Amino acid sequence: MEGIKPEANDKLKMDGIKKELRNPSKATHQDYFGKTISYICIAFVGLLVLSILYFITTRGLATFTQDHVSLWAFLSGSNWNPGMLDSHGNPEIGALPMIVTSFSVTVLAALVATPFAIGVALFMTEISPRRGTKFLQPVIELLVGIPSVVYGFIGLSVIVPLIRHAFGGTGFGILAGTIVLFVMVLPTITSLSIDSIRSVPMYYRSASLALGATRWQTIHKVVLRAATPGILTAIIFGMARAFGEALAVQMVIGNATLMPHGLLTPSSTLTSQLTTGIGNTTMGTLPNNALWSLALILLLMSLVFNIIVRIIGKRGSLK
Amino acid sequence: MKKRSFFSAIVALSAMGVLLAGCGSNSASSSKKSSSSSNVKITAVGSTALQPLVEQAASNYQKDNSKVNISVQGGGSGTGLSQVQQGAVTIGNSDIFAEQQTGIKAKELVDHKVAVVGMTPVVNKGVGVKNLTMSQLKNIFTGKVTNWKQVGGKNLKINVVNRVSGSGTRATFEGAVLEGAKAIKTQEQDSNGTVQKIVSSTPGTISYLAFSYVNSKIEAPSINGVKPDDQNVENNKWKIWSYEHMYTKGQPNAATKKFLNYMDSGKVQNSLVQKLGYISIHDMKVQKNASGAVTTK
Repeated sequence: MEGIKPEANDKLKMDGIKKELRNPSKATHQDYFGKTISYICIAFVGLLVLSILYFITTRGLATFTQDHVSLWAFLSGSNWNPGMLDSHGNPEIGALPMIVTSFSVTVLAALVATPFAIGVALFMTEISPRRGTKFLQPVIELLVGIPSVVYGFIGLSVIVPLIRHAFGGTGFGILAGTIVLFVMVLPTITSLSIDSIRSVPMYYRSASLALGATRWQTIHKVVLRAATPGILTAIIFGMARAFGEALAVQMVIGNATLMPHGLLTPSSTLTSQLTTGIGNTTMGTLPNNALWSLALILLLMSLVFNIIVRIIGKRGSLK
Repeated sequence: MKKRSFFSAIVALSAMGVLLAGCGSNSASSSKKSSSSSNVKITAVGSTALQPLVEQAASNYQKDNSKVNISVQGGGSGTGLSQVQQGAVTIGNSDIFAEQQTGIKAKELVDHKVAVVGMTPVVNKGVGVKNLTMSQLKNIFTGKVTNWKQVGGKNLKINVVNRVSGSGTRATFEGAVLEGAKAIKTQEQDSNGTVQKIVSSTPGTISYLAFSYVNSKIEAPSINGVKPDDQNVENNKWKIWSYEHMYTKGQPNAATKKFLNYMDSGKVQNSLVQKLGYISIHDMKVQKNASGAVTTK
């Protein structure tokens, strides 16, 4: 008995070690567990995105497949009144005024905001990093945090009357929309520009200064040149935000489905038309489908913005 | 041990499945279940013009009936009508008759009229007009008249602010004023509050509002000499008014019916309705049908 025991003990021990080595440990299980959870989350998000895409696409295309509106009439027509028929018996769903207005406010807002954004970014990175970060960083973060309805309300009670006094008319229109969006996209463009300027290697600056260039020459010829792809990306992101902004724009643009004749006449963007119209239409009817088609345009545009960002990122990276 | 992780994955997946399925079916089944379970849930969705009244009435009602849970949401008359038709909500609130909305099968819905809202054209204070005729009003909103001078006011360009097409307020106004003519394309706003603000601050502006939104900063002209007030609505001297409807799909179940009866009772009609600027359905001396024909009660 006494002779066998240690042997058996040893065997048992060996088996135990063998088992421990061959079977997955606790850590391995944690690994599996973590992996499963993250896969489930990914699947869930993927499903969500796919179903959103599917929903908007089917609804948006219904205007053309179910109601037999020609795509060309939709994109080039300038009469928007989905509940009504025109003199030829076709529904009036020309989305061109909204498309033009959306692009106008977006491009104008980005054009106005970019110089300011780059100026602030340069100040915070090149000219006075310490003070810049201390004072301007909170300001930019504050601008991001203000809800869009507040911007819209300020636009409605301050900017619209100001424009009316300065230029006449009603004050509603693309100009008011541009000014509101300018403030809204400024922080986006600024913070992304800061990142891209910061990522320009220090030795570029040192080399430039060592060659006898002034600070301005260094900023102008070296830093900005190297940061250009990043800044372009920043501008595109700003434009994407401006393009999709609904509430603030809706409050100051006037929401008239008219072709804009200038910066001061009331007009309507894709988003403002969506927010004002969706509650008053019935699912499955033409007026509702037409709104989904506008949503589809918005979706496609954000896709285009994303692709542009990708292309800039690939082509423009430092070599 | 491997089994366990597999098992947990299955649990997680099925939980998610239940969640997902819940999202889809919860709203649809709740309205049916509500009559049998002890805790009754009533959802009323739709018209933002009617929302404050229903919200107030619902919270008063729930104080006495703790087992009933009423949730009131906005979304617009169109949303209310289409949601109640789909059976997704118990009550669909609407400013307009179901017959007036395209894509709604009005026969499936049962109408419960709970209040009346009078609407009036409103103008900026500086236009110099205290009275308009109905045809002048029509000409302004169809774009035939473009200066206040032409209707007896100051030499000032008329700026028309319309409501969003498809909104209940616009449907009512156009039904009473335009008689089928097409309104000019112009600014559109989707809330009473915004319209009020724009009219009070923009010279030469005309729009229209529910009576409760008229304040001292804007002018509500009389039409053909008739002043916009509750008495004139009640005997139809003032033509621009509409019912506030609460639609149910088919006849309402017991709990919903009780709440709708409460909405119609003196408790709501004689206090809350008037306090919030609506006109009681019981005070009306006339009635209007979906096609706009008015008869005496």
